[in-house]
Amino acid sequence: MKERTYEKYFRQNRLPHIWCPGCGNGIAMKAIVQAVEMRGLPRDKTIIVSGIGCSSRASGYMDFDTLHTAHGRAIPFATGIKLANPELNVIVITGDGDCTAIGGNHFIHGARRNIDLTVVLFNNTIYGMTGGQASPMTPLHKKATTAPYGSVDRPFDACNLAQAAGASYVARSTAFHVQHMTDMIAEGISCRGFAFIETVVQCPTAYGRKNKMPDPAEMMKWMRDNAVMKTAWDRMPEEKKADKFPIGVFHRHQAVEYTEAYSEVITLAQEGGK
Amino acid sequence: MNTEILLKSERCKGCGICVSFCPKKVLGLDTLGHCSVINEQACIACGQCELRCPDYAIFVDKKVGA
Repeated sequence: MKERTYEKYFRQNRLPHIWCPGCGNGIAMKAIVQAVEMRGLPRDKTIIVSGIGCSSRASGYMDFDTLHTAHGRAIPFATGIKLANPELNVIVITGDGDCTAIGGNHFIHGARRNIDLTVVLFNNTIYGMTGGQASPMTPLHKKATTAPYGSVDRPFDACNLAQAAGASYVARSTAFHVQHMTDMIAEGISCRGFAFIETVVQCPTAYGRKNKMPDPAEMMKWMRDNAVMKTAWDRMPEEKKADKFPIGVFHRHQAVEYTEAYSEVITLAQEGGK
Repeated sequence: MNTEILLKSERCKGCGICVSFCPKKVLGLDTLGHCSVINEQACIACGQCELRCPDYAIFVDKKVGA
């Protein structure tokens, strides 16, 4: 059997991971290490930063320098690391609650500054770890422990949010489209600027059981049937778009990167502010 | 048999994703609920199970020289 070279990026003695049977986070974590391998990032120059939540447990299983930070604050910690040492590759792993609720402000300001981070959002559309409360990305009319009759709050589209806030690269993929997800993350790593990748992952335990989809494989088949590639989405008539969602690269825009802009400030200050 | 299937049962949580996605019904769940090979002959090494296993518990390859 051929050696699976990406396995060296896992802390083998920490596996199996803590995630529920069928949880899509494992698939997204593998896509990240495969993207890191694809881009040939040196392990001692790659930092994984995560916040709090199911998704953020990933940093504990990845054999890099890793940082498991405060709830919603993964992007500020990552910003500090990148500013202190701009040659590092900083990858942020966050969840839908962590990134768009508690860390919503940090998220939009990270994108606004266009700092060179790769932010991977594991979107399971619920707060899994704390018992299935509705998150800002729970779809309309879907049930959660805090929304027993269905959520009436309109959900965020995190990709639109990142684009509007000024990110350089915005993409979405799903746990069904594993190879596509790996490619999206790899391209995000190459991007010089704020790269945001939303990965739709299944949560059979907290979300699925309340919404008549307790089987993880069925949830993945739902992704297969409802995710539409960006190019096909653009040509799709509006009436067919109900319940479906686009995947692929939504936005590429090369703007001034924050650490480069900041290094100019440092130079200016060292020259005496002339 | 032209394929090799390696199971790491200590990692398997029995979610059944591999069983659902296998196009040739090679895989099943054993009495403990772990993934097991029930019809190795039928395996075509498409790798759907390995690709989507969230626990990195199954690996499939074509046999060298086959």
